[in-house]
Amino acid sequence: MEALFATTTGILAASGLYLALRGRTFPVVVGLTLLSYAVNLFLFSTGGLTTGKAAVISGDAGEYTDPLPQALVLTAIVIGFAMTAFSVILAMRVRGDVGSDHVNGNRIDEPREDKS
Amino acid sequence: MQHLIILPVLLPLLTGLALLIHRGGALTLRRTTSVLATLALVVVGILLVAESTDGTIRYYALGDWQPPFGIILVLDRLSALMVMLTSLLALGSLLYACAGDDEQGSNFHGLFQLQLMGINGAFLTGDIFNLFVFFEVLLIASYALLMHGGGKARTHAGFHYVALNLLGSMLFLIALGVLYGTTGTLNMVDISMAIPTLSPADIGLVKAGALLLLIVFGLKAAMLPLYFWLPRAYAAAPAPVAALFAVMTKVGIYAIIRVYTLIFGEQAGPLANLAQPWVWWLGLVTLALGAVGVLSARDMRTQVAYLILISVGTLLAGIGMNSEAALSALLFYLIHTTLISGGLFLLVDAIAQQRGKAGARIVQSRTLTQPAMLGLLFFAGAIAMAGLPPLSGAFGKALLLQAASTAQQYWLWPILLTSGLATLVALSRTGSTIFWRASGEKTGATLGPLRAAGTLMLIGCAPLIVAFAGPITAFTQATAAQLLDRDAYVQAIIARGDTGGDA
Repeated sequence: MEALFATTTGILAASGLYLALRGRTFPVVVGLTLLSYAVNLFLFSTGGLTTGKAAVISGDAGEYTDPLPQALVLTAIVIGFAMTAFSVILAMRVRGDVGSDHVNGNRIDEPREDKS
Repeated sequence: MQHLIILPVLLPLLTGLALLIHRGGALTLRRTTSVLATLALVVVGILLVAESTDGTIRYYALGDWQPPFGIILVLDRLSALMVMLTSLLALGSLLYACAGDDEQGSNFHGLFQLQLMGINGAFLTGDIFNLFVFFEVLLIASYALLMHGGGKARTHAGFHYVALNLLGSMLFLIALGVLYGTTGTLNMVDISMAIPTLSPADIGLVKAGALLLLIVFGLKAAMLPLYFWLPRAYAAAPAPVAALFAVMTKVGIYAIIRVYTLIFGEQAGPLANLAQPWVWWLGLVTLALGAVGVLSARDMRTQVAYLILISVGTLLAGIGMNSEAALSALLFYLIHTTLISGGLFLLVDAIAQQRGKAGARIVQSRTLTQPAMLGLLFFAGAIAMAGLPPLSGAFGKALLLQAASTAQQYWLWPILLTSGLATLVALSRTGSTIFWRASGEKTGATLGPLRAAGTLMLIGCAPLIVAFAGPITAFTQATAAQLLDRDAYVQAIIARGDTGGDA
């Protein structure tokens, strides 16, 4: 399970980083989202990966998983969602104000009819 | 007054929420609420500093969950000082904003208060995950404030700023995950106790986490390879926001000081003084490149943004020197540079408004409406920033130069003094172009009373800091001593046992 978990996190992070370095705002936003998923998975694993143990408190369970990373991930997910929403709106605003969806505001490869 | 510690977080939070709910209310009412709340914050800041002078480290356990399990706010000399500094800067820039900048977009006052909440929270928290949360609060508010008023330049600079800081937040989370996974706690003092007892297998991992944290704080503080967002963002932001942002880079500086003295300080065994060598060299290069930027800037706003960069480089070099004297000197310099560079942002905007089309560009244009008053203020601000006596910059720099050891002097003295010279040359050129080579009629509007009050309040701190240099130095020296005494934190926060905290 550890290997699968680590691979998934790694692939998500690598794809996210690649997309975040692209020149258009849309891939950047998607890349940041993928990165935040990878980070959430990573945070979740910091308490150790366990199966079949009580998640929080239960009367008869002898062993528990660490509940703190779950709380941390919850916080990170909430913040991450808000930031994704914000950056999508911002990317649209940049498209409207600057007239290009390139992060540097380049217009070279912009189709002519979209320039209005 | 045991609940005093949480007031710098609660007060702006409640005011900000009220202002957001009554966003359609009368403008005067919103302005009065915001200014009154910030005034109250200044009072709270002064009370906190007064409370912290006895050297006790106080903490406030939220919900009475005792550390290391509960989330705590910690009040020591450094956090009290930073809260007071923030509130003073906020009052100045808010007064300036009330003259009209707040009308350019919606929700200025609400966002401004939430920004203050984030900054104060970051200074007070004793829990490293909470530091992340408060960083996010202050960042989210700053994203919106940076783009207040809209426009091409702001949205454009804003997108870069947001994307970079989102990446920074993710690195922060990864670093926190690593630290939690290896030490099993998030309370900063508790982490510092867990570090010396780490198993050798974990040391490399913690080191990676610690250096990741340095990247995050370096991004916030605008350390060398991570500062390219700053000049553009600060130059594009509305003046009062840019003035408040003068303290944002100091949040990064504060976090570096806090984490690398408390957690990775002398006691950390193989990880002791992990960041200081990096910070020393990167700080020096930031300082040198900031000086180049000041000389090459063609716009006054960009020039002030590069002045911030110089001060960041100076502060980082001070951290890198890693001694009690250097810490004390850099705190003195920090007080000076935060207030004066904030004031300069306001002043530059005031000048730009009287120059018609030329705006903030450093070109010949028509005469200002009030050349004498603005000229004098600019002169005072420039002298203070360049570090010439008799104003505050000279004292801070002299203290720093004195604190350097012989080996450090070879690097610090030439770079710091040359950057001072570069600042002097660049600001003299700007000043003579704007005030002396101007011609034509005075047609611009005069400076309103609120704008004058805000600018005067911040730039006026330069002589005040000098006048009260004695008590301020005594305070910063005590602060530096307290910061390096990690056992006092352990005693105050963990080992207090069942005598309980303040809450």
